[in-house]
Amino acid sequence: MSSPSTPAVETAGLAKVFGETRAVDGVDLVIPQGVVYGVLGPNGAGKTTTIRMLSTLLTPDGGTARVLGHDVVKEAEAVRSRVSLTGQFASVDEDLTAAENLELLARLLGFSRTQAADRAEELLAAFDLEKAAGRQSKTFSGGMRRRLDIAASLVITPDLLFLDEPTTGLDPRSRNQVWDSVRAMVALGTTILLTTQYLDEADQLADRIAVIDHGKVIAEGTTGELKSSVGTGALHVRLVKAETRPEASRMLTRLLSAPVFQESDPFALSVRTDDSERIAGALGELARAGIAVSDFAFGRPSLDEVFLALTGRPAEDTTADQEEDAA
Amino acid sequence: MTVTSEATAAQGAPNDALRKALTSQIRPSRPNPLTAVRVSAWRTMRKMKHYGVAVLFDVTLMPIVFLLTFTYLFGGAFAGSTKEYLQYFLPGVLVQTVVMPTVYTGTALNMDITRGIYDRFRTLPFWQPATIVGSLLGDIVRYVLALTTTMAVGLALGFRPDGGVGGVLSAMLLLLVFAVSVSWIFAALGVVAKAPETVSGTSMLVMFPLVFTSNIFVKPDTMPGWMEAIVNVNPVSNAATAARGLIHGDASGSDIGWVLLACAIITVIFAPLTMYLYRAKSRS
Repeated sequence: MSSPSTPAVETAGLAKVFGETRAVDGVDLVIPQGVVYGVLGPNGAGKTTTIRMLSTLLTPDGGTARVLGHDVVKEAEAVRSRVSLTGQFASVDEDLTAAENLELLARLLGFSRTQAADRAEELLAAFDLEKAAGRQSKTFSGGMRRRLDIAASLVITPDLLFLDEPTTGLDPRSRNQVWDSVRAMVALGTTILLTTQYLDEADQLADRIAVIDHGKVIAEGTTGELKSSVGTGALHVRLVKAETRPEASRMLTRLLSAPVFQESDPFALSVRTDDSERIAGALGELARAGIAVSDFAFGRPSLDEVFLALTGRPAEDTTADQEEDAA
Repeated sequence: MTVTSEATAAQGAPNDALRKALTSQIRPSRPNPLTAVRVSAWRTMRKMKHYGVAVLFDVTLMPIVFLLTFTYLFGGAFAGSTKEYLQYFLPGVLVQTVVMPTVYTGTALNMDITRGIYDRFRTLPFWQPATIVGSLLGDIVRYVLALTTTMAVGLALGFRPDGGVGGVLSAMLLLLVFAVSVSWIFAALGVVAKAPETVSGTSMLVMFPLVFTSNIFVKPDTMPGWMEAIVNVNPVSNAATAARGLIHGDASGSDIGWVLLACAIITVIFAPLTMYLYRAKSRS
């Protein structure tokens, strides 16, 4: 058994190879119990593969991983009895109704017929799906399906829940519902490991974040630590004429004393800074120099900017994701 | 830049329903294999129920079309009269009726794997092959529906079983055993195929030769010797011969014995193979 001080997850040199691709290339993580831990990275960074190894669905090719004190290879059964996984793609039976899906899983977990029906009802109520209980889940919206999928992971309350990109593809309202559920679950004592492509999501939910790229952890810390390593804010400017960009870039570099990134959009520039007074002045200078600005915004760093700061290159999609899907 | 909604303002205040659901401490012991099989069969039957009449239509349309066209188009030429032909043909159509839908077992299994519920099953502590065995057994409902409907149409067209009710029921029972055995072949295919469409596509390559190079439609004595030999070793022919015998009350023990032997061989090869492939799937 594990005490509360046993880490929820502890990996050392965890690795997984698909053909030529080192999908996960030596991941070291220590995740305490009782927190929401965010694993942040672009498509193909190795997030899903890592989660699948931790939930015993994939066997690691190298390194070790212990989940709640149990080795994921040698004690897979013990791990499975205490964790639950909500994958990136809903793993419910689309031909069955919401209630039947939950009853099916409850029965396969060993609940009696009446216990299973009661549990299904409880979970449907908890995830606001009572009205849809008798509908085939293939008629569900993306948000409902995701909630059903999360409910399906909670038939037995897990000590550790893996959520693989829980809000990818959801509309803002559904996303907020999922976020609320995550906050509620952690408040009630479940440790949550979630992967996301969105810094905003990690920021909203996670106590600590690991940034993964090309199968490696490139940064780890609290959201505050991570953000201060990047700069707390960024100014985005969109110009009316693309040919004014070099001049605008030179001026902003000088006025804000910070490097300017030329974005892939030929009209756009961004600068990492949090000095709002100097920003106001700089925008005025641009106007006086005859450089017309069509749009500007000042906000928190995007995942792209975190990546720029951490790796010196933009976050990019790689093909490794397809291999993850195939696995 | 960042939209913060009102919904997120209620920082981690779980509602009562969620609190109740998440504080549940039920930790049942793992279900025994029999329960797991029963639950999986229940699942297959629930799915069928949701599709209702469509299931019946799916499995009986083909046999009925065959029954009508062969009897009234070729029946006279094959057997002298349509009435005479129907007496020969109907038991064969029953074999076709149960063999064709065995493909569903494969497509259903493949959908589980490709659409993701397989991942969830694999993290649960029950006896894993239960999902396959349960689905095979649940499909018996489909076969029973198909058999009774085709038989009813046959009776309406003037088919008369000389073996009486007992003969018909024992033939149906034998064909159910046959169908469950054959469905293991498609279950294996369902585990290895990349997509459900592959299963249904490939199955036609298996199904058509199997059904047509048999004695379902015509007696093999007019065929060239090599074809007759193929037809006679085809288990579908054995099943048709035995069904014919039972329905008309003149089955020999060896007719039935051959079918049961074929069932045993198919099951002994394909059941363990399917389970092995299923367990080995994507562990690496």
